[in-house]
Amino acid sequence: MTPPISRGFHGRPRSAGVAGRLPPGQYETRDFPVLSAGPTPRVSLAAWDFMLRGPGSRTARWTWDEFQALPRETVTTDIHCVTKWSKLGTVWEGVSIDTLLAEAAVRGVEPAPFMVAVCDGGYTTNLPLADVTGGKAWVALAYGGAPLAPEHGGPARLLVPHLYFWKSAKWLRQVRFIERDEPGFWESLGYHNYGDPWREERYAGDE
Amino acid sequence: MTRASPSSAPAMGTTPPPKARPITWRLAAVADVLPETPRTRTLVLEVPDWPGHRAGQHVDVRLTAEDGYQAERSYSIASAPENTRVALTVERLDDGEVSPYLTEELRVGDRLELRGPIGGYFVWDLAIGGPLLLVAGGSGIVPLMAMLRHRAAALGTAGADARYGVPARLLYSSRRWDEVIYREELLRLGEADPTLEVTLTLTREAPQGWAGFRRRIDRMMLAEVAWPPAERPHVFVCGPTPLVEAVAGALVELGHDPARVKTERFGPTGGSA
Repeated sequence: MTPPISRGFHGRPRSAGVAGRLPPGQYETRDFPVLSAGPTPRVSLAAWDFMLRGPGSRTARWTWDEFQALPRETVTTDIHCVTKWSKLGTVWEGVSIDTLLAEAAVRGVEPAPFMVAVCDGGYTTNLPLADVTGGKAWVALAYGGAPLAPEHGGPARLLVPHLYFWKSAKWLRQVRFIERDEPGFWESLGYHNYGDPWREERYAGDE
Repeated sequence: MTRASPSSAPAMGTTPPPKARPITWRLAAVADVLPETPRTRTLVLEVPDWPGHRAGQHVDVRLTAEDGYQAERSYSIASAPENTRVALTVERLDDGEVSPYLTEELRVGDRLELRGPIGGYFVWDLAIGGPLLLVAGGSGIVPLMAMLRHRAAALGTAGADARYGVPARLLYSSRRWDEVIYREELLRLGEADPTLEVTLTLTREAPQGWAGFRRRIDRMMLAEVAWPPAERPHVFVCGPTPLVEAVAGALVELGHDPARVKTERFGPTGGSA
């Protein structure tokens, strides 16, 4: 199907530098829009903990203070939301999933081929292990040099910038490793199971 | 649209999930253009082989410029599923790339690419039941209007019992009287239906003699207008992020179950309706 030309539509002036960083169908925003399916959960840091669960019953658990003591990395990256906005050059601080897995291995917790992120408020999202290891994913605690705001997922969110941003689950509390893939929240509601922005995998059936 | 449930997922972890039917791009024709407010208008579209939608869902629109450049945006569907044509209400954003074209340039007979419907969470239909509490700010009314239009169409000639089974309340915040989208239709729906209460609040400017609310939606207003938590309403909140954050937070503080409060946020972080 040849798309119809919308006469009178010109779009914004395109700069080559930005264009190469924008996946198909995305536009650049300077804001940081907020998207979530329900109320923003509030959790006290005293009650907060983080768990990494292996496919069996073994679990590694960190309190907020213990989590703060883990080595952090600073990540500068472009992020892409399925609702079409992309934000370039965002700066985060967080603990790499590689670091968490190394810590968990000491406690006898091993990963599995897939994971589900489980969050306050009941949100879930699924990812292959290969997409969260090898320096590709973090548990982010700060954005733009400040602690992560609640509406942006604070105190801690997943950061997996190479996939659409719904995979970067807000209010993360648990990473659960599983042998078989299971669709998460949006993945069960019509969105793509994997979500590669460069292949424009927005909705179930996109290929 | 809904993917297979986990229980029917293939047994092997390496097997891809079952193939879903792709949401294909369709060529829609503009059948009508209706001015709503100074900043918004409704595009009534004829969409060939439209598969139907649920109230609250949205579509993606794709425009192609003469040099081949393409832009995509998402817009909520305003029309009821009972309508054969698909209506989108678009607000012009001053710094927008697509909305100025849709609200000022597009004419009846023009064509554009569209795909959908999209979204399986922020949806309501009669089968979900009531009470139904809708809270909107600015153009956040659009998906909620689809719900009210669906409710009106589906109840249609139904008797009073059916209506009282799904009572609905809308609390809608706008800056000014002339920025209240679907104003006449909302007031008409509210007057015609004793089981629908429409409450407006005007945050910037109100006409002479206005006796309604004159402030942003807050907890006290919600306590006055909303169903009590014990009634377990199905709640849908849509608007700019600050409004949605304030309303959803206040509803939870009032005792509403967070799992029954569904939200859709839009726009930059600094909206003001």
